[in-house]
Amino acid sequence: MSEARRNFLEGVRAEVPLLIGVFPFGMIYGALALNAGLSNAASQLMSSILFAGSSQFVTTQLVHDNAPALVIILTIAVVNLRHMLYSASLAPHLKDLSLQWKALLSYLLTDEAYAPSIINYEKEGISTYKHWFLFGAGFALWFNWQVSTAVGIFLGTAIPETWHLDFALPLTFIAMVVPVLKNRPMIASALSAGLMALLAYHLPFKLGLILAALTGIIAGTILEKKQ
Amino acid sequence: MNIWLIMIAGGLITFGMRFSFIYLFGRLEIPETLRRALHYVPPAVLSAIIFPELFYNDGGLNLTWANTRLFAGLIAIAVAWFSKNTLVTIIVGMIALVILNLI
Repeated sequence: MSEARRNFLEGVRAEVPLLIGVFPFGMIYGALALNAGLSNAASQLMSSILFAGSSQFVTTQLVHDNAPALVIILTIAVVNLRHMLYSASLAPHLKDLSLQWKALLSYLLTDEAYAPSIINYEKEGISTYKHWFLFGAGFALWFNWQVSTAVGIFLGTAIPETWHLDFALPLTFIAMVVPVLKNRPMIASALSAGLMALLAYHLPFKLGLILAALTGIIAGTILEKKQ
Repeated sequence: MNIWLIMIAGGLITFGMRFSFIYLFGRLEIPETLRRALHYVPPAVLSAIIFPELFYNDGGLNLTWANTRLFAGLIAIAVAWFSKNTLVTIIVGMIALVILNLI
């Protein structure tokens, strides 16, 4: 077996446990996007154009709330800012690759592909075919995400209205945010953002959301510095 | 049409952020304050979405028992805190809302 292929399969194998957790989310995303009024095509293609779970859920919620395009785009940018950290962290390991490889691996760079890859690179160091590991992990996740989205869209049409499916979105966000509230700056960040969102709710163009997010980010950062 | 514009612009920005340092390796570094601030993006953005979803009902602030989403949401927060399990949180929250609406 060639080195490239061996690394690719290792990446896929490292990704498998994560795929099991991600699959239901792809399904939920597909069903909710449809429920929010997106077409089948838009719901499906968002999974390959954005290819970033939490920002897809957020976009779905904001489309459902009729937020203006500019606010949605700005929110996507804020939610996905953390990918710059992954990019910075992997950059030294990928510096000798061609531009095409760099672009392809960047497109596939998600939380779930980053985590096993950086662990593998830090443990085993970098060699000629190591980028195939990230490619394997990233491609496995990409494929899984497209299929689970499609299944969700397919099942979404069968779910009755009385189930209040739109409520699954804030519930998903609750499930994401509560486990990260481990210390005071995190809790202060969440509470101050939430309160500001209530106070600024009536600002035009959903700008309250952006204002609230910035309030929470600044509050958390300042409190952490003080500690 | 609008949704396609949002997806393409959002997709380009997301790709740009993923590509940034991999492309510019050695020529760009993240300032320490920004690195620290990035940790607070998830709790801040998600809470900014969650709070109005729970507290606002039919266009106004609603703190009465009639606001079933608020109470179902509080139950979900408790479940998330103790279980740390996403699917369990969503399922319990959905069931809580259905039951509260029946009462």
